[in-house]
Amino acid sequence: MNEILQGLIQAFWLVLSFDSELITISLRSLYVTISALLISTLIAFPLAALLVVTHFQFRRAIIVTLNALMGLPPVVVGLIVYILFSRSGPLGVLGLLYTTSAMIIAQVIIITPLITSIAHQSMQALWADYRNLLISINTSKMQRVVTLMWDSKRALITACLAGFGRGIGEVGAIMIVGGNIDNATRVLTTAISLETSRGDFSLALALGFVLISLAISVSFATHWFGKTERGGLW
Amino acid sequence: MFPLRVVDIIISIKSRRLIGPINLQIEQNGITILLGANGSGKTTLLEALHGLRKLSAGTVEWAISHSQAAKEQSFIFQSPIMLRRTVAENLAFPLKVRQLSKSTAKAEVMMWVKKIGLEHKMKQQAVLLSGGEMQAVAVARALITKPKMLFLDEPTASLDGATKKTIEDILTSASNNGTKILLSTHDLGQTKRLANDIIFLHNGIVEAHCSKEEFLTQPPSKAAKQFLAGDIVL
Repeated sequence: MNEILQGLIQAFWLVLSFDSELITISLRSLYVTISALLISTLIAFPLAALLVVTHFQFRRAIIVTLNALMGLPPVVVGLIVYILFSRSGPLGVLGLLYTTSAMIIAQVIIITPLITSIAHQSMQALWADYRNLLISINTSKMQRVVTLMWDSKRALITACLAGFGRGIGEVGAIMIVGGNIDNATRVLTTAISLETSRGDFSLALALGFVLISLAISVSFATHWFGKTERGGLW
Repeated sequence: MFPLRVVDIIISIKSRRLIGPINLQIEQNGITILLGANGSGKTTLLEALHGLRKLSAGTVEWAISHSQAAKEQSFIFQSPIMLRRTVAENLAFPLKVRQLSKSTAKAEVMMWVKKIGLEHKMKQQAVLLSGGEMQAVAVARALITKPKMLFLDEPTASLDGATKKTIEDILTSASNNGTKILLSTHDLGQTKRLANDIIFLHNGIVEAHCSKEEFLTQPPSKAAKQFLAGDIVL
């Protein structure tokens, strides 16, 4: 209990004193996760909408696979990305191992299935309502995709937040591919892991509180700018 | 675009035949009422003509190409489908799909919103309107593109007298302005008010296609006689 209290006090102190290391680590965490999130949404949203409006062979298999991949173990993803980008691996020539780029790639692999599945679920429900109207108005496939994405934007924000939550709290994969190198690839989760192994629980807890505050702040900001829960049903 | 010729169409689901074989010719002018009891196949036939349902056999032939004909049609569903947008955005949607300029679309929306008496609710979410208001928006949205053919599936089935009259007036006006209307109903009063000619459907088969006067004075089949007498038609 005492350690939790100390952790809270230290967290406040670190934040109030604008601790440069804390700021650097926090910004790096945000950079990695937001970059991964942006890339993932660019893949996930159109893919989810296409899976809704088009019927092709293996469509169901893709949906089932994406749902299954929501529970993809991050450590396994980290291991695969490590093997791919290690010096002797097929993509080793790119020299990305132990960089934030490798961390972003690992997070993209982890959160894309999650965002796609949530987006697909919400757009599928909307498509059940809209299908006849959109066909009747003679919309093109692209117009259907854009309409579904636009009209389910609140649900897509939720999908983004789920992806952000999974990404910002992820430690297994980015520890393997990033290496937790000071001033290079250390992020909040890997720093917490390091401080815990060192026995500095107060600092680990302080970093943990900062991480939680960051996740909550992003959620609040998203809902605030997205104007959710205001002025109507969506 | 006209005549619309329906040649030997059949629609079946698995081994169960829903409608057909049906042969029809629909000419350009006036209001044609598709009359029949619940379950007689009115909705299925309308959806087939509009291209919302796959034909099991037969063809629907327009005097112009199918792609061109698709651009000249609108459909109004029994339960209005509202986009999760404002009333104005709902009305503007088909114009946006057709890539009309914003100023033209705005002018059209203003004209139609006045016509249906909803100018004070333009910025309200359409799904929050009453049933009658939603159907009025659906009618305006279907007519805003000035279609040559308008299909309506029991559009006033659950509406009160005043709203029904508003919608019927709009439809009569659209018909006078050159829009061919094919409206399904089991409301005899509405049939008497609107019809130029009547298609009577019974158990998925067209039992009669004749003028309103002929149908009402000399019902062409036993089922039609029962229907006009208000008996239960099985």
